[in-house]
Amino acid sequence: MIPSRTERLSGWGRHPVRECRVYRPEKVSELAQVLAGAPAGGVVPRGLGRAYGDAALNEGGAVVSHLRLNRLLSFDDETGVLECEAGVALGEIVDALLPRGWFLPVVPGTRHVTVGGAIAADVHGKNHHADGTFGRFVDEIRLLTPGRGMRVCSRRVEGDAFRATLGGMGLTGAIVSARIRLMRVESAWMSVDQAPTRDLDDALARFAGADAGHRYSVAWIDALARGRNLGRGVLLLGDHAPASSIRGEPFPRRKSGAHAVPFDAPALLLNRLTVGAFNRAYRASHRGKTGMMQPLEPFFWPLDAVGGWNRLYGRRGFIQYQFVVPPGAERALAAVLERAAASGRASFLAVLKRFGPAGEGLLSFPMEGWTLSLDFPVASGLQEMITAMDGVVADAGGRVYLAKDAMLNAETFTRMYPAADGFRAVKRTLDPGGVLTSSLARRVGLA
Amino acid sequence: MPERPRGTVLVAGATSAIARATAAELARRGHPLVLAARDTAEADAIAADLRLRFGVPARAVPLDALDFASHAALAGSVLTEEGDGFEGVVVALGWMGDAETARHDASEARRILDVNLTAVVSLLTPLADHLERRGAGFVCVVSSVAGDRGRQSNYVYGAAKGGLSVYLQGLRNRLFHAGVRVVTVKPGFVDTRMTFGLPGTFLVAAPERVARGIVRAIQGGPDVVYLPGFWGPVMRGIRAVPERLFKRLKL
Repeated sequence: MIPSRTERLSGWGRHPVRECRVYRPEKVSELAQVLAGAPAGGVVPRGLGRAYGDAALNEGGAVVSHLRLNRLLSFDDETGVLECEAGVALGEIVDALLPRGWFLPVVPGTRHVTVGGAIAADVHGKNHHADGTFGRFVDEIRLLTPGRGMRVCSRRVEGDAFRATLGGMGLTGAIVSARIRLMRVESAWMSVDQAPTRDLDDALARFAGADAGHRYSVAWIDALARGRNLGRGVLLLGDHAPASSIRGEPFPRRKSGAHAVPFDAPALLLNRLTVGAFNRAYRASHRGKTGMMQPLEPFFWPLDAVGGWNRLYGRRGFIQYQFVVPPGAERALAAVLERAAASGRASFLAVLKRFGPAGEGLLSFPMEGWTLSLDFPVASGLQEMITAMDGVVADAGGRVYLAKDAMLNAETFTRMYPAADGFRAVKRTLDPGGVLTSSLARRVGLA
Repeated sequence: MPERPRGTVLVAGATSAIARATAAELARRGHPLVLAARDTAEADAIAADLRLRFGVPARAVPLDALDFASHAALAGSVLTEEGDGFEGVVVALGWMGDAETARHDASEARRILDVNLTAVVSLLTPLADHLERRGAGFVCVVSSVAGDRGRQSNYVYGAAKGGLSVYLQGLRNRLFHAGVRVVTVKPGFVDTRMTFGLPGTFLVAAPERVARGIVRAIQGGPDVVYLPGFWGPVMRGIRAVPERLFKRLKL
């Protein structure tokens, strides 16, 4: 067996913190050794640790880091198909291939997510209404399973394993590599429109009106506004700028480097007043404008410019609560927003987006409807509030995002994810011994 | 972008984390690469990665460190294929072995000496002759601070690395007159499989940081470099302890 060490790990929300045995293979054969060794307490694959809660934690067991298995394996300049290992960060792909005119067809809110993590959480971006999830652009997954060795999974072959692995939270096997279809872009610039929204109804109506005309759309919501202002915010609409609209270099040389938050901010820093002031200032800076040119990276990953922004919520960490409710259940959106605002637990970020139809992944989060995400610093009483919100969401026929969740219980999970039984059946064939498990999996009853 | 064409570099032991990071630093500067390793599937993956990220030619060749007889043929085929484009070699062959076993089991001790010393000498012999004839290029070898002073905890590995450092001193002295640079790299603890989870490690450096130091050293400056640099003064201090005192320590 390869060496391991014990670490206290957390997700991006820094809550919960769990002691795990960490393996970090540098060769594919070493990854196979870890799975074959069936570490005590099981094992879960881990990438850059950007899931917020306990998806890549395994208290009393092991995690296997894919960060040294991050090789780009092949790229076809004609078709845009990239094959790479699971430990490659999406940002590395952008660095290597954006200068050649290729971009990922779906990116989440940070570039610091691995390909393995993007598949395991079947991540979405601001273009879900137009393009679906990351998984839609995955053609093939090489999956190392405890029960059936290396499986090459696609829509045609091993389709069950493929659909279980998209959004499968790493519980079907360790993703060794994947083939992903990239998208051609004419520039590294975005053309952006922004429009203030008066209230929630206004925001929803504007989404419905403007979505179809733009590849990317998202609304930032002032989560502190209540009553008739509930849901006021800013709607951002974006598209890749065509080369013809760029005066200078379409792919300028980019400089890297982020400003880091060097210490844990006192939790009080983000109190009602400061967050309220921030929200008003943000809104004021986003008066309606159209056709603004913006470099691609700050458009997709504004928070990556502040390294370690998760430390802003203080030592106890935070929860990012993201849920989706189907069309017609807009009341649930208002109910959760109202409850969050009334709780006085300042939310730094509230993001609203319209999802298109659900994809193929058995446990994928996105489904047609409205998704909202809110941040809450960890404090006493938070679990009770989240559990109540989970109930509202489940009653509305919606679900919460497992990649962000830290508090959902097994009973509510089953109501939210009707395909869970089908997932368990596939998992049993790939991992009959139950080697793959995680703190999340045990909490919601997936392992 | 490089202002002049960069020469091909052979990286031996190419699948180690230090070697991979060094190959990436060289590729970033435009050097074509030949990656020699026992595990050619891994070396192929690394070569593909370097081609895609940095746009340089990179290929893998099989290398069995302990099959000494095969080394001349490997060197010959690389030199034939690369011709005048061949610029130098980075050797990152290394294996810590099991220090406890090596105390009592001579075959383990011999294996440690063979991988860390004999194999490197065996591989460098034909390459050094070629570079000497050519009158240009470099040899860069990853030795270790462990070779600076024998300690009870890993003295067989230390002996191999110490022997390697002395070999490189002599080779440097010989090749200097031919205009060939010989660099000895002595890394401290580096965040690789070798040290992962190992008790007693401290100030562990990222392989990328060590790789930048290696490539800087190839380009010029001191012939023997400690990486990260603070290991220089640390090891001077350790070497300065009188033996009659040192032998009493539990290191």
